[in-house]
Amino acid sequence: MLRLVGKKVLYLIPVLFAVTMLSFLLLKLLPGDPAINILGPSATPDAVKQLDHHLGVDKPLPAQYTHWLANALHGDLGRSYQNQQTTVAALKQRLPVTLELIVLSQLIALGLAVPLALIAASRPGGIFDRVTTSLAFGFLAVPDFILGVLLVYVFAVKLHWFPATGYTALTTNPAENLKSLVLPAVTLAVASMAVYLRLLRTDLIATLQQDYISMAKAKGMSSRYILLRHAFRPSSFSLLTVSGLEIGRLIGGTFIVELIFALPGVGSLAVQSIFSRDYLVVQGTVLLIAVGYVLVNFLIDILYTVVDPRIRHAGALA
Amino acid sequence: MPEPLPKSELDELSSEVRPAGLSESPFSEAISSEAPFEAYADAVMAPSVPVALPEGGFARRRIGIAFWLSVGWIALVILLALLAPLLPLHPPNDTGVGPVAQGPSLHFWLGTDDLGRDMLSRIIWGARVSMIVGFTSIAIGLAIGGTFGLIAGYYRGRIGALIMGCADVLLAFPALVLSLAIVTFMGQSLRNVTLALGLISIAPIARIIRASTLTFSEREFVAAARSLGARNVRIVTREVLPNVALPTFSFALVAVAIAIVAEGALSFLGLSVKAPTASWGGMINEGRTYLQQSPHISLIPAAVMFVTVLAFNFAGDSLRAFFDVRESAL
Repeated sequence: MLRLVGKKVLYLIPVLFAVTMLSFLLLKLLPGDPAINILGPSATPDAVKQLDHHLGVDKPLPAQYTHWLANALHGDLGRSYQNQQTTVAALKQRLPVTLELIVLSQLIALGLAVPLALIAASRPGGIFDRVTTSLAFGFLAVPDFILGVLLVYVFAVKLHWFPATGYTALTTNPAENLKSLVLPAVTLAVASMAVYLRLLRTDLIATLQQDYISMAKAKGMSSRYILLRHAFRPSSFSLLTVSGLEIGRLIGGTFIVELIFALPGVGSLAVQSIFSRDYLVVQGTVLLIAVGYVLVNFLIDILYTVVDPRIRHAGALA
Repeated sequence: MPEPLPKSELDELSSEVRPAGLSESPFSEAISSEAPFEAYADAVMAPSVPVALPEGGFARRRIGIAFWLSVGWIALVILLALLAPLLPLHPPNDTGVGPVAQGPSLHFWLGTDDLGRDMLSRIIWGARVSMIVGFTSIAIGLAIGGTFGLIAGYYRGRIGALIMGCADVLLAFPALVLSLAIVTFMGQSLRNVTLALGLISIAPIARIIRASTLTFSEREFVAAARSLGARNVRIVTREVLPNVALPTFSFALVAVAIAIVAEGALSFLGLSVKAPTASWGGMINEGRTYLQQSPHISLIPAAVMFVTVLAFNFAGDSLRAFFDVRESAL
């Protein structure tokens, strides 16, 4: 197993390296001169030159990259030219909001999907099963921006249960904080829930056809016990992987919801800085999201190996 | 000549390693490092009815009425989008052709928006944007990603590892943020939106085609062709490609749905085609301000988009079930 982990770490290093390189190159590949974009077309050549120097774009590309990477490793990703806040400070301020949103949405999604899948799989083809799988299929076809608008319409405009937009920090008022995050979290949770429900249900039904389940039935164990104790765990491995992937996807996928509900998270920072052409902030945000995605995937891979004895042993034999 | 699979990869392929239900689909190889695009595709395409029910009461090869309804809706949307300039519609961008923000009526079937524009006309013209972007971007993704996926799946070894490594790196970047950046910096136009979405679809499509190619390039008919002396190019194009094409087609429909949603998200943010050109996402966004008084401005395009995405998903899912020989042969 250690060998397997070692192999994955060996793979992680070049991937991380390539990811940092691409984040760096990303803004070089886009057309337009950053300095002119920042200063406007009427900028004097002197000012452009000075800003080029400040941005470090007057050096050769490899030198720029190593300089940038060294700074990044020291926690320096430059400053926003708009408000002079450092990129790292901006990210530090925004990250908790996005993380809280992701955690809340995944709790809702798993909390609904697991029991529903268990009930659905206990009677495949039954009415409950068909209704939930059809609903889940329908939920998959609802884009998050449509769902966000719908939820605002029903729960904020019509019922006034929740605020339509706005954010209260957890430290200021925990109850208000939760209230401001419910609608955005549900918006994100619905698609995840549909994915989890369909996946776990299929896996459960496949597991329930195995011989050892018949054995357990023959021994007279109750269906509920078999479902929870014998079938659930071996069926939950791909759920584990996919929920990790969902988290990875959401790190860079919350921005529409953040914009709809006016939440000050990482996603809305990315979009705002793209709009205002705040190059260094864009770069830093993309780097954070991409590295986060790679690391989450890596952790899930490791966790998967640890939890599933079949993979653990396959690794030991290799 | 492709090298034989190394032991570890054989382990990965064998159904022992993961739950049985998932190894059935050519789309779900290598569960341990899937991309979200694939996870979504898997979720859409997870068999609605399991392979062998204890009761055994469901026929596998079945194309129901819902499938034809989906195909009918897709055909209708494409037809209207194609014929939009010929139809007797109010000009989509003309303001004040009717009263402001009125619900559906006999004269304006889907009502009018806040500027008195005809919503039916705008939705049909918006369909042009969705269809062009959806189909073209996935065509780009299939052409480039599909080629790389075929190569990686057939040759495996170093080339395959290199291609998949690149795909992994690309997948780490947040797709929508990236396309948003591309469109912002390159300028808003139908062409740039299509290119941006095509670009971000390459890596996930390459992974899916590779997975599907892997399962076929191990089959007897490939070995037979090889022992008859066929060259690699011939084997890939004549033996592997036709087999990969069928599951790919059903997956491509789901991919088009994803691209339509992505375009919708961009135009929702005002970053797809420039206003006043009609697009579904843009219409949903414009109507947000009037949710209180006239919700139809937002909700009608939202419903149209939902039904269209659902139709593509459903058609893709049904075709997958229909084409999957291994499920129905038993």
